[in-house]
Amino acid sequence: MRRISWFNATSLTLGFAFLYIPMLVLVIYSFNANKLVTVWAGFSVRWYGELFRNEAFLDAAWVTLRVALVSSLLATVLGTAAAYVLVRGGRFFGRTLFSGMLYAPLVMPEVILGLSLLLLFISIGLDRGMLTIILAHTTFSMAFVAVVVTSRLVAFDRSLEEAARDLGCTRWDAFRSVTLPIIAPAVISGWLLGFTLSLDDLVIASFTSGPSATTLPIKIFSAVRLGVSPEINALSAILIGIVTVGVITTSLISKRSIMKRIAEENRADQ
Amino acid sequence: MRRVALIALPYLWLLLLFFVPFLIVLKISLSDTALAIPPYTPTLDLARGWEGFTEWWSALDVDNFIFLTTDSLYWKAYLSSLQIAVISTLLTLAVGYPIAYAMSRAPDEWRPTLLMLVILPFWTSFLIRVYAWKAILSQEGFLNQFLSVFGVDPLTILNTNTAVYIGIVYTYLPFMVLPLYAALEKLDDSLLEAAEDLGCSRMKAFWLITIPLSKQGIIAGSFLVFIPVMGEFVIPTLLGGSDTLMIGKVLWEEFFSNRDWPVASAVAIILLLILIIPIVLFIKNEEKQWESDV
Repeated sequence: MRRISWFNATSLTLGFAFLYIPMLVLVIYSFNANKLVTVWAGFSVRWYGELFRNEAFLDAAWVTLRVALVSSLLATVLGTAAAYVLVRGGRFFGRTLFSGMLYAPLVMPEVILGLSLLLLFISIGLDRGMLTIILAHTTFSMAFVAVVVTSRLVAFDRSLEEAARDLGCTRWDAFRSVTLPIIAPAVISGWLLGFTLSLDDLVIASFTSGPSATTLPIKIFSAVRLGVSPEINALSAILIGIVTVGVITTSLISKRSIMKRIAEENRADQ
Repeated sequence: MRRVALIALPYLWLLLLFFVPFLIVLKISLSDTALAIPPYTPTLDLARGWEGFTEWWSALDVDNFIFLTTDSLYWKAYLSSLQIAVISTLLTLAVGYPIAYAMSRAPDEWRPTLLMLVILPFWTSFLIRVYAWKAILSQEGFLNQFLSVFGVDPLTILNTNTAVYIGIVYTYLPFMVLPLYAALEKLDDSLLEAAEDLGCSRMKAFWLITIPLSKQGIIAGSFLVFIPVMGEFVIPTLLGGSDTLMIGKVLWEEFFSNRDWPVASAVAIILLLILIIPIVLFIKNEEKQWESDV
């Protein structure tokens, strides 16, 4: 076993302190009774109560969830198809353009994506609302799904697919019964990534939403632009809590499946 | 047949919702501002055929781009965004490299947990992580409360460029650490041992072996920070001051406050032209990584 050096231990401690202290402070102070966010005045869940009575926030949260669910599912189908085509599809007309368009949204500033999509919706006369946000989110989430799935596709043994084909599977059968089960973890994490990206997006949603549909980040942004607010602290703590539980659960599940695989391999070796 | 459908579906989606929109931005950047909805002229009337096209073509002009060069606000905003993006990329690299390095050297059984600890903030709302710093950096905030224990006078950080740098390094750190870790993890320890056996000091071995072999991670991480930061809007708006000039903020205000769509489009086109080379290099670097993994 390797021992960790003094220098590396310090880097890790300082690095994780930097990453976690701000979020920790936010969660602790969400239980502050005081309306002045930075002055502690005793423990209270008052702001959580206020938050759940705030209709506007609840409506926005509902819109956000629906947009995230639909757009992440669409993005998963399109992104997986795109990744498969790029890794296994061989040469086809306009492949470079295709991979460029697929990966560019990963880094493209959101203001540019938002503006260009809005101008598209206006020029084809599509009213801004939930549908336009879904279309916009699908487009950028697709890139993230594709990256996650691509890394899994390039890593796995191609001969498994070829064996299935040799044994008389059609290309589609081979994909469904061999490829898909192997890349499934990546497809699921791509979907989750698309889902959280959609939940979180402010800039693109601001451009593409209309008065009929306001998402949670838009609400949060207009509230925090003016300053810190105890209600937003409570909301932030809830969101941080959901993500923490989600990430820890998935990493435990994946750890268990890795353990199981190692155990099976050991059994097979014996 | 299925192969064609598999290619066509995502391809058409991207053409319609990624490529065509840029052409529209380009078109509108060449139009005149008008007090109407949508607030620009002219529009291409395809129903009138060739005549409609020539009329539209002759009405296009580059006035908006000329306007961008005459008003110093714009080129100052581009320069200042460039400066902020370069400095914050270097800062993120300086903060992220030791973390990624320590992660890759950590005992094997720690690594999944360490990786999870880097990924967790990445999944947490960007907006909330930026917001968290507002309460920390403000005049009566937690940092100044903490410093006052030691008798330090309150610092003014919120609404300055310092706060913007802190916010960028904080929110973009996972984007830097993850590709760096991926590159450093693959590093073969025996190379470092060989270098030491041959009389290299550890420092020299680090510069001669570790850094060059993690080059792809450095490139990927730096692009993942630099390119989106160039157009950053949320961080300068929430943490920056009135003198923090960034082009993403200018574009937003041009569009939402001034409702000058053609100028906003011209701003976007120029930003895209600045970023096209880094974006192409980023995609090339990604593809090279896939190919080396095969």
